[in-house]
Amino acid sequence: MSTQEAKHTPLEYQTTHGQMNILGFWIFLAAEVVLFSTLFATYAVLFGRTADSPLPSELFGAEIVLIMTFLLLTSSFTCGIAIHNMRQGQVKPLIIWMVITLLLGLGFLGFEIYEFMHYTHEGATLQSSAFWSSFYVLAGTHGLHVTLGIGWATLLIIQIVKRGLTPVTSQKVFIISLYWHFLDVIWIFIFTAVYLIGMVV
Amino acid sequence: MKLSEFFVTGEPLIYAGMVAIVLVTCAIVFLLTYFKRWGWLWREWLTTVDHKKIGIMYILSALAMLFRGGVDALMMRVQLAFPDLNFLNSQHYNEIFTTHGTVMIIFMAMPFLIGLMNIVVPLQIGARDFAFPYVNALSFWSFFFGALLFNISFVIGGSPDAGWTSYTPLAGAALSPGPGQNFYLLGLQLSGIGTLATGINLMVTILKMRAPGMKLFQMPIFTWSTLVTCFIIIFAFPILTVALALMTIDRIFGAQFFTLTGEGMPMLWANLFWMWGHPEVYIVILPAFGIFSEIIATFANKRLFGYKAMVWSMILIAGLSFLVWVHHFFTMGAGAFVNSVFSVSTMLIAVPTGVKIFNWLGTLYKSKIQFTTPMLWSLAFIPSFVIGGVTGVMLGMAAADYQFHNSYFLIAHFHYVLIAGTVFACFAGLEYWYPKMFGHKLNQKLGKLSFWLFVIGFHITFFPQYFLGLDGMPRRLFDTAPEWFTLNFISTIGAFGMGAGFALFVLNIYYSYKTSPREKTGDSWDGRTLEWATPTPIPHYNFATQPTVKELDAFHDMKKRGETTYDESKLKPIHMPNYSGQPFIMMGLLFFSSFALVFEWIILSAVFLVAVLVMMGIHSFDYDDGYHVEVEDIKRTERQLRGLNDEHTGS
Amino acid sequence: MSSNKTLITLTLLFSLSIITGCSELRVLEPKGPVGEDQKELIIYSLWFMLGIVVVVFGLFGYMVFKYRDRPGRGNKDYEPEQDGNLKVEIIWTIIPLIIVTLLSIPTVDTLFDLEKPPQSANEEEPLVVYATSADWKWFFSYPEQGIETVNYLHIPTERPIEFRLSSADSMAALWIPALGGQKYNMAGMQTILYLQADEEGVYDGRNSNFNGEGFSLQTFQVHAEEDTAFKEWVNKIKNEKPELTQDQYNELLKPSIIGEMAFSNTHLEWVDHGTMMGSDYSIKRHQNAYEKKLHLKSLDKADAEEEGDADEAQ
Repeated sequence: MSTQEAKHTPLEYQTTHGQMNILGFWIFLAAEVVLFSTLFATYAVLFGRTADSPLPSELFGAEIVLIMTFLLLTSSFTCGIAIHNMRQGQVKPLIIWMVITLLLGLGFLGFEIYEFMHYTHEGATLQSSAFWSSFYVLAGTHGLHVTLGIGWATLLIIQIVKRGLTPVTSQKVFIISLYWHFLDVIWIFIFTAVYLIGMVV
Repeated sequence: MKLSEFFVTGEPLIYAGMVAIVLVTCAIVFLLTYFKRWGWLWREWLTTVDHKKIGIMYILSALAMLFRGGVDALMMRVQLAFPDLNFLNSQHYNEIFTTHGTVMIIFMAMPFLIGLMNIVVPLQIGARDFAFPYVNALSFWSFFFGALLFNISFVIGGSPDAGWTSYTPLAGAALSPGPGQNFYLLGLQLSGIGTLATGINLMVTILKMRAPGMKLFQMPIFTWSTLVTCFIIIFAFPILTVALALMTIDRIFGAQFFTLTGEGMPMLWANLFWMWGHPEVYIVILPAFGIFSEIIATFANKRLFGYKAMVWSMILIAGLSFLVWVHHFFTMGAGAFVNSVFSVSTMLIAVPTGVKIFNWLGTLYKSKIQFTTPMLWSLAFIPSFVIGGVTGVMLGMAAADYQFHNSYFLIAHFHYVLIAGTVFACFAGLEYWYPKMFGHKLNQKLGKLSFWLFVIGFHITFFPQYFLGLDGMPRRLFDTAPEWFTLNFISTIGAFGMGAGFALFVLNIYYSYKTSPREKTGDSWDGRTLEWATPTPIPHYNFATQPTVKELDAFHDMKKRGETTYDESKLKPIHMPNYSGQPFIMMGLLFFSSFALVFEWIILSAVFLVAVLVMMGIHSFDYDDGYHVEVEDIKRTERQLRGLNDEHTGS
Repeated sequence: MSSNKTLITLTLLFSLSIITGCSELRVLEPKGPVGEDQKELIIYSLWFMLGIVVVVFGLFGYMVFKYRDRPGRGNKDYEPEQDGNLKVEIIWTIIPLIIVTLLSIPTVDTLFDLEKPPQSANEEEPLVVYATSADWKWFFSYPEQGIETVNYLHIPTERPIEFRLSSADSMAALWIPALGGQKYNMAGMQTILYLQADEEGVYDGRNSNFNGEGFSLQTFQVHAEEDTAFKEWVNKIKNEKPELTQDQYNELLKPSIIGEMAFSNTHLEWVDHGTMMGSDYSIKRHQNAYEKKLHLKSLDKADAEEEGDADEAQ
């Protein structure tokens, strides 16, 4: 590869290994899409099977879910800024924006846990009916992904602090940004298919 | 929990099994200690990331599982040989057919084929390893520990007994209390992680690591079948992951997905299971098609007929495999329209499959057929599989399926496709690539004897079962009625023929190890594809210099032009990954976590899970870049293997 | 060498069809119009399948025999570079497509027919029978007649029977091979299966879908008899048999093997397991009863009942 090309190829794509990792991760995301599709399908099939427990329209409220959506969407945006900084080789802004991303993610998680506790308190638990089981598992799987993402990104930030930007670290950061955007997309589906529809029906 | 509840008690057969397990374990420990092989075991095998060694471990485990599943099968056949034999009681019989099915599909067929892919695919595309060798080791150990978890249910806690399909509500907590079903769920979950990872790994390997010049439509047909299989794995396995997780949450945490209470929906399980399960069938049959295609072309000494049609038909089969799952339960009452749609889509699969059959026949046309053992398996596959295939179309005709469903007609059909397809392919592939793996061929005479025993036994076992089905004998019946005695008895005789064939096959491994002449060239069968271009034994870096590929049947054409893949003037240091003990330990911890969850010891399970996460975190900080094999070392190895002593040759 | 294999397979095929030809195969000797439709479809498909098998086996035998490598064969008829032929490949894609089409049409046709009661000679309305499966027994409720039987049933000949299938617990499938194909019994939903007997006789019926330890013994007998005999039987049950109480019914629902019984009312008075309301009826009452093992050793129901009683006594 000529030096000219090397300048234009982002750092994370410069080694074959980096390219393979990124391709592998895209394929993994395809598998994740199938995983979430299955959960959405399960949710759709079990929709309305609430037995004796509260209806979703009685519990779902717009405010908190809107705040959660805002937090996660913003975090996706700040994550994008972080990658932009990485492309320009600026380590410090990269770290700052990543930390902001994680804080927003933590905020999202906090509200989600609060939501869940609230519903449980109102008598809608994992055990109470097929509908609520599918709700908790769908939203919970997303929440679990966010949690793992936060832990993983924290480790990466430490690595960047220690090593700076190399083809390996930048490839790792790029991959987690893909993951983070993916979780954002899934959340948009949860927001519309679960909360918005659940509030109306 | 009392100890007497922890261990399975009360069955003489299981006590015998326990004694056997203890004895074999002692023997292995003794031998390893006596020959001072513990270090060797750890350094060379448990920590390896070399795709060839991992492949061998896959195949060895799969053979062990074939033995276990086979013993299950023989026990069932003994019980069914005579009415009221009372060899197994109902409960024990139920456990055995459940483990037989699960072991054969999940822990035998898939790992066997994945093992062959591990060994062969990188060699066929001229690569030095997988895209992610470390992940490959993780995959293997996840399969290994998943299989271990499933198999210990036999002595600890009790085996699952709800059938390999585990239909709810039967398999739910209400109707199947106890740890048995949890073993099924967590054993499959654990090994499923590995399968998905292998799917991604192989796909990246094939897409990114092909030898320079090799276009997609110049890939050997087995590599193509692997690529298509990976596609199915990636889109089907997450469905299983979810289905298993939901049932686990149902059983252990009291959720209501598949329950009869809380307005749960038991039928959802059947749908999710078969949305994975049908593609799964093609996961185990497409690689088999690939293996047969390689072997038939090699021993017909002719190019594969209709290569492109073969590839496209596999792609078509893979696509259709996701659109037919309802045919496993036409009798659920989804209505005539739904059944019609799935009936037609099911029968459509016969078209690409038929094309493949005719293409194999076309390959034989104007060829020169050598009847080696791998070729015999491949030839026997064609007519046997056709019987399985046409009865499959009959089952696909939904209106008729109301009579075939849940009967021995179905049993006969899927054994005809899975044994004649997958099992024959495993034997054929193992015999074919055996010299590449171990440096010597399997004895042909013993091999042929075991082939005839197995194939004749197979037809005697399963052909009568079509008629039992037509006479109304349902599957999973633990005892036969006198009216079905004759055919059942014949079937049992056949099963012992298959058992003898398998025993002879294993014996042949030992006999050949002792007596077979060692391979000198790497090209044992006058092969056509790149794996035969490497010397035997294969150096750990596979190819000293990467070949440039210009056509299909790359090695065949190279030989015609008098070229080899080795060019001493182009040697460069080769980058190789380091071995690591982490995959073994990480999956071992996950095994303990799953084991604790089986008994619903949730805190203990969580502790082990956290340990796994910590290890993953530690691995994230590990910037191990591997090492380089120096040119001098490569030169020395290659010269010795290729018998080039003169300083000047080869350059 | 491998042509031997084909020969062996063919001989096997032949000899087996002789062996089995002697005894009747239930599915291929149906006693009613539904089974008859399905049999016709099976036989129709069987001709195509035989055709395919003959062609493929013939070609296979020919290729393997003719093109085997043997001393002195030389390079006559050997074309190692031949790698395809578009024309024949198109032909052998189109032929299977035609076969599939020819099989699809009668399949779809029969499928829609099976959703309707079979045409009967005297054009009577179908007789409604609720067939409810519970681990491991069958309840047959006749709502019009107001009677219920356990593990056996009587039906009039030449009149369609509308089975309304459901289950109190695990999933089962009602299958009477001599009369026609099966459908699933599921808790919380109802499936409908039409069958009809045209010949008098006693036919074996069973649950064909595995549902636990007692699965193999979940069988029943169908007595098909002329309309007058059937009516007589109904009256006899109505007059001579006791009423089923809810308590007794709940007791019967417990997982167990039991013999034949009859009652002069139906359990539909208090529960229909085919509705969402009825799906947890049994589970809620017998939560811990499913753990118990029956230790079944043979297909003899009487033995199994004794075994159950012995357990009860302990």
